[in-house]
Amino acid sequence: MVMKVTSKTFIRKTKRGNILKIVREHYLRDDIGCGSLACKKCKRNGEKPLEKNPSVDNDGVPDKHYLLLDTNVVLHQIDALEDDTLKNVIILQTVLEEVKHLSHSVYKRLMDLIGNHSRCYYVFVNVYHKDTYVERVRGESPNDYNDRMIRVSALWYNKHFDGKIKVLLISSDEASKAKAINEGIPTMSLEQYVKGLNNVTLTDKLSNRNSVVEEISKEPIFPPHLTPAQIHMGIKSGKLLQGTFFASNDNFLEGNVFVEGQEKNILLQGREHLNRAINGDIVAVQMLPESEWSAPTNLVIADYDDLELENNLNNTVQPKDKHPTGRVVGIIRKKWRQYCGIIQHSVVENATRHLFVPAEKKIPKIRIETRQYDKLKDQRLIIAIDTWPRTSRYPLGHFVRSLGKIGEREAENEVILLEHDVPHSKFSDQVLACLPKETWTVTDSDFFGREDFRDLDICSVDPPGCTDIDDALHCMALKNGNFQVGVHIADVTHFIKPGTPIDLEASQRATTVYLTGRRIDMVPGLLSSNLCSLRGGEERLAFSCVWEMTPNAEIVNSSFTKSVIKSKAAMTYEQAQLIIDDQNQNTAIAIGLRQLNKFAKILKKRRLDAGALVLASPEIRFLMDSETRDPLDVEVKQLKETNSMVEEFMLLANIEVAKKIYSDFPEFAVLRRHPKPPPSNFESLIKAAAHLGVELNVDTSKDLANSLDKAVKLDNPFFNTMLRILATRCMLQAVYFASGTKTYDEFMHYGLAAPIYTHFTSPIRRYADVLVHRLLAVSIAAENTTPELLDKRKIDAICQNLNVRTRMSSYAERASVALNTHIFFRGKIRDEEGYILYVKKNALQILIPKYGLEGTLFLSPRKGQLQMVTFTYNEEEQTQRCGQVVFRTFDPVTVQLSLDSSNVQHERIVLKLVKPEIPNFSIPSSIASTTTVQQTQKNPKPCDSSSEPLCKKPKV
Amino acid sequence: MDLLSRQGLRTDGRRSDELRRISCKMGVFNQPDGSAYLEQGNTKVLAAVYGPHEIRVNRSKAPNDCAVINCQYSMATFSRSERKRRPRDNKSAELTVHLKQAMTTAIKTDLYPKSQIDIFVEVLQSDGGNYSVCVNAATLALIDAGIAMEEFVISCTSSLANGEVPLVDISHLEETLGGPSITVAILPISGKIAMLETSQRMHINHVEPVLTEAMRGCRYIYDTLNKTIKKHYEEIGGALNWGTEEYNI
Ligand SMILES: [Zn+2]
Repeated sequence: MVMKVTSKTFIRKTKRGNILKIVREHYLRDDIGCGSLACKKCKRNGEKPLEKNPSVDNDGVPDKHYLLLDTNVVLHQIDALEDDTLKNVIILQTVLEEVKHLSHSVYKRLMDLIGNHSRCYYVFVNVYHKDTYVERVRGESPNDYNDRMIRVSALWYNKHFDGKIKVLLISSDEASKAKAINEGIPTMSLEQYVKGLNNVTLTDKLSNRNSVVEEISKEPIFPPHLTPAQIHMGIKSGKLLQGTFFASNDNFLEGNVFVEGQEKNILLQGREHLNRAINGDIVAVQMLPESEWSAPTNLVIADYDDLELENNLNNTVQPKDKHPTGRVVGIIRKKWRQYCGIIQHSVVENATRHLFVPAEKKIPKIRIETRQYDKLKDQRLIIAIDTWPRTSRYPLGHFVRSLGKIGEREAENEVILLEHDVPHSKFSDQVLACLPKETWTVTDSDFFGREDFRDLDICSVDPPGCTDIDDALHCMALKNGNFQVGVHIADVTHFIKPGTPIDLEASQRATTVYLTGRRIDMVPGLLSSNLCSLRGGEERLAFSCVWEMTPNAEIVNSSFTKSVIKSKAAMTYEQAQLIIDDQNQNTAIAIGLRQLNKFAKILKKRRLDAGALVLASPEIRFLMDSETRDPLDVEVKQLKETNSMVEEFMLLANIEVAKKIYSDFPEFAVLRRHPKPPPSNFESLIKAAAHLGVELNVDTSKDLANSLDKAVKLDNPFFNTMLRILATRCMLQAVYFASGTKTYDEFMHYGLAAPIYTHFTSPIRRYADVLVHRLLAVSIAAENTTPELLDKRKIDAICQNLNVRTRMSSYAERASVALNTHIFFRGKIRDEEGYILYVKKNALQILIPKYGLEGTLFLSPRKGQLQMVTFTYNEEEQTQRCGQVVFRTFDPVTVQLSLDSSNVQHERIVLKLVKPEIPNFSIPSSIASTTTVQQTQKNPKPCDSSSEPLCKKPKV
Repeated sequence: MDLLSRQGLRTDGRRSDELRRISCKMGVFNQPDGSAYLEQGNTKVLAAVYGPHEIRVNRSKAPNDCAVINCQYSMATFSRSERKRRPRDNKSAELTVHLKQAMTTAIKTDLYPKSQIDIFVEVLQSDGGNYSVCVNAATLALIDAGIAMEEFVISCTSSLANGEVPLVDISHLEETLGGPSITVAILPISGKIAMLETSQRMHINHVEPVLTEAMRGCRYIYDTLNKTIKKHYEEIGGALNWGTEEYNI
């Protein structure tokens, strides 16, 4: 083919400040097609997604037409574009690149649209087409240049189709629209175009940016933002600081800015100082003079309703502990996303402007326009923010879609999944195509390179109802007096080959997410619940760790091998416990389990002696109604010896595998580290404990473990567990990483007191384990390496994603528990024992162990309420006093729990004080309650896990 | 930046299997016995050959039965966008050795006992594949000097985009953005490999497709240069008008 060549020259400044002139070749082609099925001109027209007869049911456009979008339309109207009605769209390379440069999230969504064949999107590579390439003119701004390129392509297209099909340029900018019309290009805005379609839903989805014009006449209530250039200069000169804005969880008019490299966060207080920053935004901050520095208000303010209260308190407060305080002068990068929530109840009939209340408390309310209020008022919705003008108290946004009725389990679950960005769509056809047949069984060829362990007395021990069994154990006495111990893990990587669609999907999902009553699988059910699951009595492929152990649980010999196993029994923790305890049972399984249990105790003691932490997070379980799927009762998970038995061997396997893969792959081993928390994390806990005469030493994990063991108060049996719960919250997150990115000292797993650790034992539900399996397979020469496995950068990128997803999934799991707690409390009132976790200025944070629930007991009156008594807050001692009654951290209280459904937006559990009695404040014990009596026996035993969140299965 | 877009185009508009434009000129100087100027894209190289002539240095160590090949690779100070006084001398020394290895494979050294052949190449402008263009230019200069060779020796550099698609004849941008690359010099008719080098560690699964693509590139360059040379000599033969014209393809 003939190619013309031209060159692109540009000037660039290097890091050292040198000016470079860069010349690059730029080839212009004649083999780029227009992408239309109607075209007979284009010789080498590859893909042709544009329909031959595009639909013409638009009142404003009588002719057959395709749409050609300019960059701003894509950036601002992506929600409307995602509506199925808009089809046959041409995206220019110029637009694609600009979108990619300006917003990664919109770019990703645009790419999804382009990939969706039913939407008929075509990418026209205008910059390499010989007829549509234009050179930048001297003095032309990049914006003008891009606009001109778009016009040239639009003109070319219209000429190319010779009027048979019109190519409509969709542009929102008035100036560039006028220019295009002037050049004879059919042009309109998306609003005009959508108007012709007469589609209410689509109209609602249009960005609300244009209402800025209406608002402009009003008085601004926010200070202006600086221009990007001013911000740039300010940051360079040190007058401004750049950081990430985090809205306060409790107080919506307060926030912090985290500046990299700065020890203390910058405090922001009040609407004008927050200046339209939204949680997660990268902002430019100006410090206030030190005389104006303030302290966090320590208030719980959920709504404007609480504002009066804030004003009252603010005047009386003389902040002692002043924080660096600042104000937002500009937003460098907006981290806006789509938000779940609900429309605020409106009294005005037929109003089109409404307020939207996001589910996430850190996000302000959003003003939207809709003509569908009656339809949407009791629905869970998704809303996107368009803009936040100076004149508007709330940001302006638009409706994206509805998730279903408020309170319905499906809609609520959807909210949880979306809010935590959990990928949960159905597996695509490409992914499902990677699956083996349902009738798959182990065949002779599978034995190649595998040990035949079918005769071993292997069994699995899991929670009741577990269908994704990824580990099984065996133990057998050897003639020399030692024991052979085996840990057998489902061989998931036999079915999931690197780089296949199923692999990419699993890597994206990173983990299986367990909501109450719903499991979002990482791999399709055929694998997770059947072919990989090590069911009892069925032949399965496994990856086995086999050790020879002395009776003292010292490993003399260890080996790893792929294998075929046939588990003799799939048991629950309880069943296994019964077998161990029943001395009459002397089957091979029973003897094996007893020996494993003995070993586990030795291993656990050894681990604790080395300084491993026993932490606690209350784990609860709902007993569900099988019909309605509503929770019938709540119970704290009981941990049996067998839980700990399985856990010890999983830990052992993980550590041994970590050592092995690290020695073979010092650069690429996927490991898990748990950094030591900075001492400052413990400050408030140490202070609170000291008030009760308990000294906590947090120098090393061993010191902490020892002082936690010693911290027992006879008058408060739950005290020790409380301490452990609070200590858990001082921990940092454990994270995955590629070994080559850290030094060996940094590998340390603080919670387990292990110098090196990884995840190997749950490949069905964790992607990290899949990577580790592949590495170990190469290590023992069972498989060959693949390029992806040995790419440090790629491995590190995958680890980053795993860390984010893992964290989000644990938040989602907590949210699901909270949702079910709310459902459980509908129409119920209960008195329960609780303990004070934190003492705040206007409230007590209380933990109710029975439900693993944390609630706020307000001590100051809420708006519209009268309160006869007042509490005195002592910041130094962290106490609240009222007459003779003093509240301190860890104190037991009895509270009445009920569900406040008056606010449909946010149902919440309301706490009222029952004991200790405070006249005119506490309420009498409710008769309905019968549960308070045996409370103390139901306290959860501390469970062994580092800072890992709660989950259905023990996480090790 | 993606090395290969979803539409299958590279950063400069080429498809993965397209080479950059080639343009060359033989006999550009009168002083040397042979000379050539070669452009592959924006990489521009000048080559000059002196010899065969008497051995001038280290005469005692020189072999009796074949010619001594002396190579010199250098880069003009203005050849790259960031000008440096002495552009990476270690690298030049290394490339000199590789160049000598490739050229020695092709030259029939046994025809020139007790003589020396000097090959000088200078990169005037650098935009990726410097070594390969130098080998190709040196081949042209040797032909211009009339030195007997087994056959052409042609080189090409190739790498991988998105972990799966081989890219032939990579530019400087693709060199810096991309992963490991393979440079190969071959004798295109016999298919013998004269020199093979990877820029960094490359996974075994990638070697074959990338190498195949580089060798295909070599054969394409060979065809192109071969046509130019034939045309060049037809014209000198016809008009005795010693190569003053530039021949574009
Ligand atoms: Zn066409």
